[in-house]
Amino acid sequence: MNDWLPILATTLAAATPLIFAGLGELVTERAGVLNLGVEGMMLIGAVSAFAVASSGGGLLLGTLAGIGAGMAASALFALLVLHCLANQMATGLALALFGVGLSAFIGRDYVSHVLDGVSGYTLLDGLPPLDPFIVGSLGLFALVQWFLYRSRGGLVLRAVGESPSTAHALGYPVRLIRWAAILFGGACSGLAGAYLATDYTPMWVEGLSAGRGWIALALVVFATWKPARLLAGAYLFGGVTILQFHGQALGLAVPSQFMSMLPYLATIVVLTLISRRGHAIRLNAPASLGQVWHPDS
Amino acid sequence: MRCQSLLPHARMNSAPRLALRDITKTYPGVIANEDIDLTVLPGEIHAVLGENGAGKSTLMKIIYGLVQPDAGTVLWEGRETRIASPAAARRLGIAMVFQHFALFETLSVAENIALALPDAPAPAALAERIRATAEDYGLPLEPQRPVHELSVGERQRVEIVRCLLQSPRLLILDEPTSVLTPQAVETLFTTLRRLAAEGVSLLYISHKLDEIRALCDRATVLRGGRVSGHCRPAGESADSLARMMIGAELPQTRLSANNVRREPKLVLHNLSRPADGPFGTALHALQLSVHSGEIVGIAGASGNGQSELLQALSGEATLAQADMVQMLGAPVGRLGAAARRARGLGFVPEERLGRGAVPALDLAANTLLTAAGDGLVRRGLILRPTVRRYAREIIKRFRVKCHGSHALARSLSGGNLQKFIVGREIAQNPEVLIVAQPTWGVDVGSAALIRERLIDLRNRGVALLVISEDLDELFSICDRIAVLAGGRLSPLRHTSATDSAEIGRWMAGLFPTETTHVPA
Repeated sequence: MNDWLPILATTLAAATPLIFAGLGELVTERAGVLNLGVEGMMLIGAVSAFAVASSGGGLLLGTLAGIGAGMAASALFALLVLHCLANQMATGLALALFGVGLSAFIGRDYVSHVLDGVSGYTLLDGLPPLDPFIVGSLGLFALVQWFLYRSRGGLVLRAVGESPSTAHALGYPVRLIRWAAILFGGACSGLAGAYLATDYTPMWVEGLSAGRGWIALALVVFATWKPARLLAGAYLFGGVTILQFHGQALGLAVPSQFMSMLPYLATIVVLTLISRRGHAIRLNAPASLGQVWHPDS
Repeated sequence: MRCQSLLPHARMNSAPRLALRDITKTYPGVIANEDIDLTVLPGEIHAVLGENGAGKSTLMKIIYGLVQPDAGTVLWEGRETRIASPAAARRLGIAMVFQHFALFETLSVAENIALALPDAPAPAALAERIRATAEDYGLPLEPQRPVHELSVGERQRVEIVRCLLQSPRLLILDEPTSVLTPQAVETLFTTLRRLAAEGVSLLYISHKLDEIRALCDRATVLRGGRVSGHCRPAGESADSLARMMIGAELPQTRLSANNVRREPKLVLHNLSRPADGPFGTALHALQLSVHSGEIVGIAGASGNGQSELLQALSGEATLAQADMVQMLGAPVGRLGAAARRARGLGFVPEERLGRGAVPALDLAANTLLTAAGDGLVRRGLILRPTVRRYAREIIKRFRVKCHGSHALARSLSGGNLQKFIVGREIAQNPEVLIVAQPTWGVDVGSAALIRERLIDLRNRGVALLVISEDLDELFSICDRIAVLAGGRLSPLRHTSATDSAEIGRWMAGLFPTETTHVPA
């Protein structure tokens, strides 16, 4: 029992940034907008959170700064794709690259600085303390699940992603709804970055997110735009990441490069198997995903 | 125009629910509407008649707030009003059943309806209301089914029930009966008459002149963007209405005897298939043979196995046994769509955009999709001038109204696109042609042209199978007719030996089951 608790805790921790970023992107894509800039928004959020926290702002202010920075980056994206009608894929890729560069630039002065990290709440004696970010990721999952499938707002959001022109014909403000969805996605990516920089590895290095933004994007597709599957995929990724560390500790004679690849490979294989049945991806994909839409077209 | 000017009878004292005065709308190069006057009284069923391109759709879009007129005034219940958006129209109490359905495919019936109601009740209560209203008006619906699994006919039901739940004061219906059985049309008419008696005004757009004569109090006829006449349809004949609408005689379709040697070209032998998805319909041991030089019609409300049968015939779905579908004597049940086409199959699917044509490609490229084998490609390279010529030939022979072979498929009206698709399939000289809903949503003139061409093909010895929900059409072009209901096929009858009442009963599943021979 006691051997397993740390493994469980580290698995949850490794999955948390993917849950944040993945849920945000899932909501954005459900509104029909494909924002490939998750990695960039995560990094911008991470460096902002780290800068504020390490300059004496504290964890809470740092996290808020991360969220705000992620939203600001996504606002730029929203302006370009919703008003200038820029291509969503190109704009998203540009945002990802921009985020890598900007975070490296801002983070110059913070390289190898270390933060204290987050102290968890002790719920029960004998159990390890709970990390507020991990608890928050589960809360966010519940919120998104409830919003998408139980609330009228979620229904409208899904309708907009399915057919913006029909939603427009029914009198819904398509552009406003997409703005909100993009900003939510940015906030979630920023939060994921803030968690990475202040809690998971409380130390700044360039490219801190290490491709997690891309994994989050893949998770959304392989989870066929369903929050529960996204959660499962994120924990799978987290679990294999941790197993890989333990495998190395046990001295398995497998090249470490292969072990590092394993979480990515396992996530993709399992989620592909899950989504293989039926026409899951085609049926669940928001029909207008990635398409430019204008009210007068 | 011979049509007399009519004073609205009986309801003279009440202000019209909707009055349009001198409405004009111009698009670059086209005058869609010019000085249109239209008055709809409370509780009136008012028909708007006109060919495709006569300006009906633009006028309806203006009333529903999707398009703003360039000039003219709109009076709603006596007050001058600007209908700025569909939301504004809905607030006034205007609801619309769209011809190209405004439904969200991945959402359920209940969700689609909830989206159109400003204050939707909780899901359970809404589902109950949907069921109650649907039952009440004889339009059965399952609230939890996702729309993408519904047939065209069922989708229309969703649209109508959605409008009914909005308690509209003016209901616009764009070709509502094109997919209904005769009995369902009667039910719908009962519904509409009841709504009118309750004080709802109805704008009824249709090409079916008999229906307009049976249902509508008054009619406004449009031709070329202008009002060409007002009349009281009950006092007119279908011919006189058609003259007002197209300025010429109603084209007649008639089957003549032909003396082509009759041999079976398409045979279904114990064709069985599981259902597509949880709400589809499985096919049970269908037996049918279609001979050269005949048109066989399959009637039935969609959702009774039609889409499963069409997929089995086109080759989109392969079958358990090769001999379940036999073409020209050879088993083709295990072959895919391309292989069957190579053997002389032509196929006109129900969905024009998406299955019959790629919306974002031009007509020339869409020609290439199925006619590539007709000498349009050499050593893997497309012969562009040949493709253009081929497409232009189809456009000319089928009188497709468009800006030439460069026009995108999605820019064509439903009727014109259908003419093009039918033309493309016929141009390849098929041995067997399968056509689904040949004239759904197609105007009278185009429908007559399509039917005429199908009959020409029959007279040349091709075997045609037509799957349609339009009984009048099946009776006018088919030699023999059967009904597909609940995934089972009724006996095949000569059209002269049966009538629409019997076929209507069969469509409800009440047909004698013939002894089917059990495979060894």
